[in-house]
Amino acid sequence: MLEIKELSVAVGGRDILHDVNLSIKAGETHVLFGPNGGGKTTLLMAIMGSPKYRVTHGGITFKGKDILGLSVDERARMGIGMSLQRPPVVRGVKARDMVAACVRGRANEETVYALAKKANLVDFMDRDINYGFSGGEIKRSELLQLLAQNPDMALFDEPESGVDLVNIALIGELINELLGKQHPIRDRKHAGFIITHTGHILDYVNARTGYVLLEGRIVCEGDPHEILETIKGKGYEECRRCAI
Amino acid sequence: MKAEKARRERARAASSKLAAFGEDIDLDEYAHSADELPYQIDASRLPAQTKEQMMQAGIMLDDDSQRSGTIIQMDHSVVHSTATQQGIEVMGTNQALEKYDWLSDYLWKAVAVDSDKYTAHVELGQSNGYFIRALPGSRTVNPVQACLYLARSNLAQHVHNTLIAEEGSALHIIPGCTTAPTGEPGLHLGVSEFYIKRGAQVSFTMIHNWTPEIAVRPRTGIIIEQDGLFLSNYVIMKPVRSLQTYPVARCVGDNAVVRFNSILVAAPGSNMDVGSRVILGAKGARTEIVSRAITTGGDIIARGYIEGNAPEVKGHLECRGLILRGEGMIHAIPELKGTLAGIDLSHEAAVGKIAEEEVEYLMMRGLTGDEATATIVRGFLRVDIEGLPPQLNLELQRAVEASEKDIM
Repeated sequence: MLEIKELSVAVGGRDILHDVNLSIKAGETHVLFGPNGGGKTTLLMAIMGSPKYRVTHGGITFKGKDILGLSVDERARMGIGMSLQRPPVVRGVKARDMVAACVRGRANEETVYALAKKANLVDFMDRDINYGFSGGEIKRSELLQLLAQNPDMALFDEPESGVDLVNIALIGELINELLGKQHPIRDRKHAGFIITHTGHILDYVNARTGYVLLEGRIVCEGDPHEILETIKGKGYEECRRCAI
Repeated sequence: MKAEKARRERARAASSKLAAFGEDIDLDEYAHSADELPYQIDASRLPAQTKEQMMQAGIMLDDDSQRSGTIIQMDHSVVHSTATQQGIEVMGTNQALEKYDWLSDYLWKAVAVDSDKYTAHVELGQSNGYFIRALPGSRTVNPVQACLYLARSNLAQHVHNTLIAEEGSALHIIPGCTTAPTGEPGLHLGVSEFYIKRGAQVSFTMIHNWTPEIAVRPRTGIIIEQDGLFLSNYVIMKPVRSLQTYPVARCVGDNAVVRFNSILVAAPGSNMDVGSRVILGAKGARTEIVSRAITTGGDIIARGYIEGNAPEVKGHLECRGLILRGEGMIHAIPELKGTLAGIDLSHEAAVGKIAEEEVEYLMMRGLTGDEATATIVRGFLRVDIEGLPPQLNLELQRAVEASEKDIM
């Protein structure tokens, strides 16, 4: 579904990603590990098409089509969705308006209410989006919008950061629903790509492949649980050594 | 008579006095008298184009079942007035002055006659206006609508309005000010004085619908007694050559409450200097002033002033401005003045353009750049108004939405 080849990306004239390659098929969930400042968010934003993140080399194809020339909204309408780590506050724009933007007339009020209930955000629907939301509320709100958008390829930027233990289980449930994990593997049509700094989300969401991104380069690819154990035990220093 | 003479003397002395704010309007450029226009028993028979202009200012003449009363002044003539609810009085100022001797005691108590040359001219020249009164305990179910219509080209329309909410009454008013859509110049000088008695409530939801050659100088004063409430919603989204207004609300009774909400949109060529001033002069009085200003090329000065002179008063001022296309100017001037310990006054002000990050956020959900911008502008203009009946709130939102396409 998503193919990234030899991708290099610069932000504000500074090269951040170098020669990144990965491939995610329909039904698969991949996880990206890496220390802060390693380029994880840059990779997701480049896939999403944010103009600040300039592709200097390589390519991205989605559903077999080169998407580098497409704008953010065109990519969204093609089926790419993203849950942001720190989404902006938009005063006056209600959570309900965001969900309405996501469904684009595909769902009625009852469906929206059911989704809000699932994300435990019914009481937030008439509040300005992200204004005064706690860490957990922001993450749930992001996932609620993705549920309404129902993207084929969902990108999650640290969905568990700033979330307490009670909420993290709910976050896991919502991600599993988004990725169609209730269906047998062969019937799953959605793909997921999750950035995680701590790896906690892996207790709730199964992933097939893990990567480690260090200083803008993918230095490791393999079983995500094994990678996480290594990082937990020996830190990213081990990944750095291993890469050399 | 003696008081009237003294008042006219003061007006004469102020007939050249410059206003404290706003560009000076040369009154000699305008005609100050107009022919008396015929009275219309059935307001729905006014010309379709006139009704359409009034509709855009929130005045509905074809179906008045949603109104407790209607008054229309065209140029200097009150051409229609009706009150359909018991306990509510609606009539022209001149008629009311003939009917009630005591009314002259109210004139120029909330606005000083010698404030500037505009107030002076309203006193000295040919004028009319509306008188709206809720008798003690009377509560309007539907709003009273009052339309001030400028029909004659190059006329200076003089208006002196008096609104009285007697003890325990509730009055919702929709004043709509508009003009013939000819694009001719004109000047509107409107004095409005509000007297909100003990425990009374008034909401005043004004939609201005001028044309680009009109200059407007409203002068408004509000006096609120104990436990009274004054709620003002002011919307101007159509171009106007020059508008300067700075209503003053004085809370003179304990626990009086004032809320001002303003939505200002300045197109290229529009010049607006709009503020709200509240004097919290009695124990426990409260106020909230919220303004939203957007420029698409015009200039806006958004003022706000809260003064706390009594114990346990509380006031908040919020002033936000959006420069939509990188043209035009917004100057936010929030002011707070306290003279006692234990008062609670605060303000927040922000002026800027729409953040790219916000547009991109909405685009990530599939909206185009234009749709995302429109959604953010719509949200910016959405002011949550407490105390307004749902139907009136809906009408206000509709008026705002109807003008959004002009902004975009």
